[in-house]
Amino acid sequence: MNRVLAKRELAPLVTLLEVEAPRIQRRWKAGQFIIIRPLETSERIPLTIVDSNAERQSITMVIQAIGKTTKEAVSLEPEALMCDLVGPLGEPATMSKGKNVVCMAGGVGVAELLPVAKAFHQAGNRVTALCGARSENYRILDAELKEAVDELHWATDDGSFGFHGNVVQLLNSLAGPDTFQEGHVIGPIPMMKAAAEATRGWGLKLHASLNPVMIDGTGMCGGCRVTVGHEVKFACVDGPEFDAHLVDFDELTRRNRAYREMEQESLNHKCRVGLDIH
Amino acid sequence: MAAPPLKYKPNPKAPRQALPLLDAQVRARTAEEVALGFTPEQVSVEAQRCLQCAKPTCVEACPLHIDIKRFIARLAENEFQAAHDVISEQSPFPGVCGRVCQHELFCEDACIVGRKWDPVAIGSLERFAADHARLRMQELATSYPKPTGPKVALVGSGPASLIAAYDLIRWNYQVTIFEALHKLGGVLAYGIPNFRLPREILREEIARLQNMGVEFVVDFIAGKTASLAELMEEGYQAIFIGTGAGLPHMMGIPGENLVGVYTANEFLTRINLMEAFKFPDAPTPVRVGKRTIVVGGGNSAMDAARWANRMGSETTILYRRGRVELKARLEEIEHAEEEGIKFEFLAAPVALYGDENGYVKEIECIRMELGEPDESGRRAPVPIESSRHRIAVDTVVAAIGQAPNPTLQKVTPQLITRRGRILIDEHGETSMAHVYAGGDVVRGGSTVILAMKDGRAAAQAIHNALSGTPEVQ
Ligand SMILES: Cc1cc2nc3c(=O)[nH]c(=O)nc-3n(C[C@H](O)[C@H](O)[C@H](O)COP(=O)(O)OP(=O)(O)OC[C@H]3O[C@@H](n4cnc5c(N)ncnc54)[C@H](O)[C@@H]3O)c2cc1C
Ligand SMILES: Cc1cc2nc3c(=O)[nH]c(=O)nc-3n(C[C@H](O)[C@H](O)[C@H](O)COP(=O)(O)OP(=O)(O)OC[C@H]3O[C@@H](n4cnc5c(N)ncnc54)[C@H](O)[C@@H]3O)c2cc1C
Ligand code: SF4
Ligand code: SF4
Ligand code: FES
Repeated sequence: MNRVLAKRELAPLVTLLEVEAPRIQRRWKAGQFIIIRPLETSERIPLTIVDSNAERQSITMVIQAIGKTTKEAVSLEPEALMCDLVGPLGEPATMSKGKNVVCMAGGVGVAELLPVAKAFHQAGNRVTALCGARSENYRILDAELKEAVDELHWATDDGSFGFHGNVVQLLNSLAGPDTFQEGHVIGPIPMMKAAAEATRGWGLKLHASLNPVMIDGTGMCGGCRVTVGHEVKFACVDGPEFDAHLVDFDELTRRNRAYREMEQESLNHKCRVGLDIH
Repeated sequence: MAAPPLKYKPNPKAPRQALPLLDAQVRARTAEEVALGFTPEQVSVEAQRCLQCAKPTCVEACPLHIDIKRFIARLAENEFQAAHDVISEQSPFPGVCGRVCQHELFCEDACIVGRKWDPVAIGSLERFAADHARLRMQELATSYPKPTGPKVALVGSGPASLIAAYDLIRWNYQVTIFEALHKLGGVLAYGIPNFRLPREILREEIARLQNMGVEFVVDFIAGKTASLAELMEEGYQAIFIGTGAGLPHMMGIPGENLVGVYTANEFLTRINLMEAFKFPDAPTPVRVGKRTIVVGGGNSAMDAARWANRMGSETTILYRRGRVELKARLEEIEHAEEEGIKFEFLAAPVALYGDENGYVKEIECIRMELGEPDESGRRAPVPIESSRHRIAVDTVVAAIGQAPNPTLQKVTPQLITRRGRILIDEHGETSMAHVYAGGDVVRGGSTVILAMKDGRAAAQAIHNALSGTPEVQ
């Protein structure tokens, strides 16, 4: 059981939770994640570790409430106990130094990007962050990112803030084959795929942080498997980060849709018996 | 000390009592336990079949050395609680072992009665004693003194660690079990189905350890949440690694990542641990279509097939060798057959094909013939190229074996391993001082009772190593 210390809404349906987790706070590295079960009756879901605070022995997660379990998670108020929280899981993000690095993210991925961008910067790279949001009021963690990187650009789908378009279009408008030597991308699968396609043939090593469906997160079930360069990998232990130019994104898309109707049924089911929480 | 005279005359010629089972038609549609357990009348007959041998070979053969002869005598006298107490001297898990232990290979194989007639049904008698005591719930009422000895950490909450905890706490060690998952029991919780081991039995036998003062920490992955060195710094003077063999082997054939293709571990974890059989009353789903093919011939294959069948899928087990080579327990194979699961022997998958959405829809198989014996002494299956054929399928479960969980080994290079298995010396100690290991992480896939044997041996070795240690406050 882990105590919720603080909760803050960053954008519509995007909520930051700060939770007590002394051991994880001491050991985590950028790019790693946790698995939580918000309630005794919840599913296990993976979430990226976004930040930590040594004084409060806490870690921070940012959650987009898209389904049953994420809704249950953001329903927890300060002082409530989160039923399960385990980690840090996965391998830390790959770091190099002295390079021109581009960090790209969209949606809630922007929060997941923050620790990686920070780590690249601290390792002595020049970091450009390209972040995407639906519109101006969906931008999250702007101040934190600004402080963490050398350059920050926003793209909004409706053009209400910054570049009018998506992150990959923004990338193409700013950069070419030789601009960056290394990159990190995190966000919705179509965006990661487009970023990989756009930079294929560039002299850019691009790391993508993948988000397959997971259960245990310890390499025991194989549910999180992805194909990278024709090899089967378990994202929870071999990843979550892989060479974006080698990932089979279409397969990942299909596998992540496997339970779509059932997840919907699950959400509606509880609504009917009146246990829905908002 | 001479044993007191028996109050009854043994009758080994009486027929071995058959364990009553839930009707095969009924059970093929529920998660209820298959085996119902002996009635008191059956216990009386079965217990009196025991000869009360002067040299009970059964006791020697039980890896836990449960005093089988004595507990059976108590059962024969209708002293059910006393029978349970006798078992408790060696094991707090008669409810688990009485159900899933491979007694046919251990105690019952050694039973003298078995030389002439059928051996005494020791496993089912053990189970009866457990279930009887459980209904009385006596054990939970007892209160124990707080242990004050050195701190010992046990990693993983499978059978190996559980029995080690029982021994160590009785020697006054402060015992903590660290478990990666949110539930306790290892394979007993995520692998073995409810219909073979009801979860309340497991929970209550583990609660008994809790009640004795064993501390359980869930959501803790040794090597990730804390390293072994950090545990040592926190005052643990010995560590036992019982992390099991949970890394599933993949089939390595095209189409393996199609939707609807599971490893047995994922399939069973969704259903057992996350209770997907109750979906949507439980939140985790599982995809079980009209036709399921399970590939493999061990316990995991039987368990996965029996679940798929229970969830309404027409289920076939595909095995590359013949029926006699099946590795699952005979009892489980028979139960699977009774429940209507089909077997295709001497056949193996070579490819999987999906529809336009990436859902598996066909499996291509090849027939095998048995060739020369391989290194395991079994005749190796050889594919017949001309026999390739496709079968329509909605769900495929690969149950083709597991390797040791690698997480801890990966970040602890000081631990010497061979093909993933942690190497130990004759005391169960690893290449790291005061770090012991046992069960599946040492043996590869094995059995509950051998994991317990290892856990008990390691507890003894830890006790030997630490008993000179001054008590800590
Ligand atoms: C390593 C990793 C890190 C992650 N970090 C974060 C994070 O920091 N913040 C955050 O909000 N989310 C993160 N996710 C995604 C998050 O785990 C999913 O949103 C969550 O599991 C959905 O659960 P649910 O029950 O609320 O929704 P569900 O009812 O399970 O799903 C609702 C919809 O989302 C889709 N979906 C299901 N699982 C995923 C998934 N893994 N990724 C994308 N879509 C999915 C479903 O197909 C469905 O359409 C991460 C995922 C991974 C694997
Ligand atoms: C489906 C199935 C059915 C079976 N049926 C039978 C049967 O009927 N009879 C029989 O005798 N045997 C059976 N077996 C085999 C038997 O279950 C195993 O041999 C036995 O459970 C091994 O025990 P263990 O203590 O070594 O490890 P496990 O039971 O595997 O437990 C290991 C535990 O350690 C945890 N863990 C792993 N890594 C870490 C870490 N780094 N930190 C913390 N915790 C960690 C795991 O989550 C797990 O809970 C079956 C196995 C399977 C898979
Ligand atoms: S633990 Fe196993 S071998 Fe020992 S008595 Fe029980 S069933 Fe027999
Ligand atoms: S060997 Fe068989 S007959 Fe002899 S004591 Fe054991 S159970 Fe009884
Ligand atoms: S989530 Fe089970 S192996 Fe990765």
